[in-house]
Amino acid sequence: MATTLTPILTKFWDDPQSWTLETYEKNEGYQALKKALGMKPGDLVQMTKDSGLRGRGGAGFPTGMKWGFLPPPDGGPRYLVVNADESEPGTCKDIPLMMAAPQFLIEGVAITSFAIGCNHAFIYLRGEVVHVYRRLLRAVEEAYAAGYLGKNIQGSGFDLDVTVHAGAGAYICGEETALLDSLEGRRGQPRLKPPFPAVAGLYARPTVVNNVESIASVPPILLHGADWFTGMGTEKSQGFGIFSLSGHVKRPGQYEAPLGITLRELLDMAGGMRDPNKKLKFWTPGGSSTPIFTDEHLDVPLDFESVAAAGSMLGTRALQIFDETTCVVRAVDRWTDFYKHESCGKCTPCREGTWWLKQILGRLEHGQGDEEDLEKLLDICDNILGRAFCALGDGATSPITSSIQYFREEYLAHLTNGGCPFDPRESSLFAKEKATA
Amino acid sequence: MEHYGLQTAAGHLTVPAESKEPYAEDVLAQLHADAEQVVARYPQKRSALLPLLHLVQSVDGYVTGRGIDFCAEVLDLTTAEVSGVATFYTQYKRHPNGEYTVGVCTNTLCAIMGGDQIWDEVSEHLGIGHDETTPDGKITLERVECNAACDYAPVVMANWEFFDNQTPESTKQLVDDLRSGKDVAPTRGPSRVCSFKQVSRVLAGFHDGLADEGVGAGPSSLEGLRVAKDNHWTAPSGDDAKGDAQGAGHPDDLAPGLRSSTDAPANDADEQAGDKPAEGK
Repeated sequence: MATTLTPILTKFWDDPQSWTLETYEKNEGYQALKKALGMKPGDLVQMTKDSGLRGRGGAGFPTGMKWGFLPPPDGGPRYLVVNADESEPGTCKDIPLMMAAPQFLIEGVAITSFAIGCNHAFIYLRGEVVHVYRRLLRAVEEAYAAGYLGKNIQGSGFDLDVTVHAGAGAYICGEETALLDSLEGRRGQPRLKPPFPAVAGLYARPTVVNNVESIASVPPILLHGADWFTGMGTEKSQGFGIFSLSGHVKRPGQYEAPLGITLRELLDMAGGMRDPNKKLKFWTPGGSSTPIFTDEHLDVPLDFESVAAAGSMLGTRALQIFDETTCVVRAVDRWTDFYKHESCGKCTPCREGTWWLKQILGRLEHGQGDEEDLEKLLDICDNILGRAFCALGDGATSPITSSIQYFREEYLAHLTNGGCPFDPRESSLFAKEKATA
Repeated sequence: MEHYGLQTAAGHLTVPAESKEPYAEDVLAQLHADAEQVVARYPQKRSALLPLLHLVQSVDGYVTGRGIDFCAEVLDLTTAEVSGVATFYTQYKRHPNGEYTVGVCTNTLCAIMGGDQIWDEVSEHLGIGHDETTPDGKITLERVECNAACDYAPVVMANWEFFDNQTPESTKQLVDDLRSGKDVAPTRGPSRVCSFKQVSRVLAGFHDGLADEGVGAGPSSLEGLRVAKDNHWTAPSGDDAKGDAQGAGHPDDLAPGLRSSTDAPANDADEQAGDKPAEGK
């Protein structure tokens, strides 16, 4: 049977007041917290492990295991920090979730904090989404007023404060240790690991850093049970996730589905390609840092293992779809510009490497340079991958190596053509309007 | 090229002398009162630096010399430490900013969907380039990176509010309306775009009461839900949810099927906690 969608976190986004506590409570809101407060924290951690929930921010590390890594309580503070810095190109799931239904996150924060013994949690939101910040501030305000946050929550004796913190524009702050440095009021640069945040995180105290969607998934899992969650998805990639379709697709948007759904199925639900006469050329399974796929990969189950086996990563399920009007060199050149701009400068391979990658790609896109440049690109990528301080550098190499793997001919065509053989207007949404104007 | 503000002949970053003029007494008193609230949100006061820099921008319209002095004083930091942070993040402006920051997304997906054309035409229309401001002080134009709204590409941000599915024409209209002082409503956001200073105050953590304005979700955000409803697809109901009337009544056989995954090892990086950061970075 074909896979079907499973609206859980997206279930009531169409309510005209979807973001309010009232709407959330009408949709099972805070029932899970009440249940959690009657349980032992250790059992909550075990339940999350049993559910198989894996980090929804890209890396896919088991969430419950991450919680379990915290050392035993020593009487000092322990922190939960939510990574709401969503900035991976193509990724657009957490921002609409927090705009439409922020209470999922707040309830998840309360349950997780109780489970790990945290009394002060932080939500680090990227600063470039001011209305989402308003919605989060309001959601926290409402939760305090209703007694779901603050002192002695629901008479349980458990206290929790939540601070919603706005960043100020830096992709690198999505890297969890850079995020912690930024939250401490510093330049957002990654830290050497170990020690891992579980041991020495925020203010050098034991800290759990989780993605928005991971934490928001906790209340429904607790309410319906780990078995309910493992009943969805694949054997090793359990549960559901939000798949974000963008680009040359008829109806781009957010599609919440069990892990293991395929792009072919999702495309079908989204009305197919924007122009049915134009073929799918390439796509990213999980943001720009995941190696690109082509139309050969339409039937790859979108779960962690299958995507890895096919040579990429599930990442953030950011499916950016490009049809045959798109120049792959132009696309990769622009992503490379992004990594160069966002490299924090801490380590040499990434700081210098991304700069050189951009120089070379820029000239290739304009039909300059020569065939040896492709080997030079691959050589530089080889010197960044695995040698950079954090995964930003690794990510910068993904679009380059994968596009040369699948589209070497197109790179060469730029050289023989003496420039980009594509008309950039062809791939834009308003190409036709312009042409006839 | 990047604009980090004024530089001395030796290449040192500096700020205009007038930006070091002391604050008026009442302004300074208000800043201190606000800063006290910001600092109180954190276990350690240095954490207040990012919001305090937003607060400085809410008063001065950019990060001024006096603003840096203020943050340093409140948080017991050196001015060099504060400047080091202020120059790291793109939302902090090192020279006077327009009343509205208009950011055209030119990251790959938006660029290809038309962001590049929007950028070219708006830049030409206003006669300014990246991080430059119109002579009337109304608009600062920027190329911005992915703003997490790719399903609405091409996207333009005005003072960090969403303008979805833009065209060159709609964006030129947007900047014209902003320049002429008309109230402009974002696609997803409050009923009007607030000024750069007003928005900076919100980013410092001071609620402006506009959270309940605007939609919960735009049409693209709802596509999957709409398809699910049209097909009567729901998530399976768990044991604990049985008896909950809401959303029930759908045939059980439509629950999503299990499928077996290929039996490949997970990424190596997943082997150790925190080894791989979130967001695939």
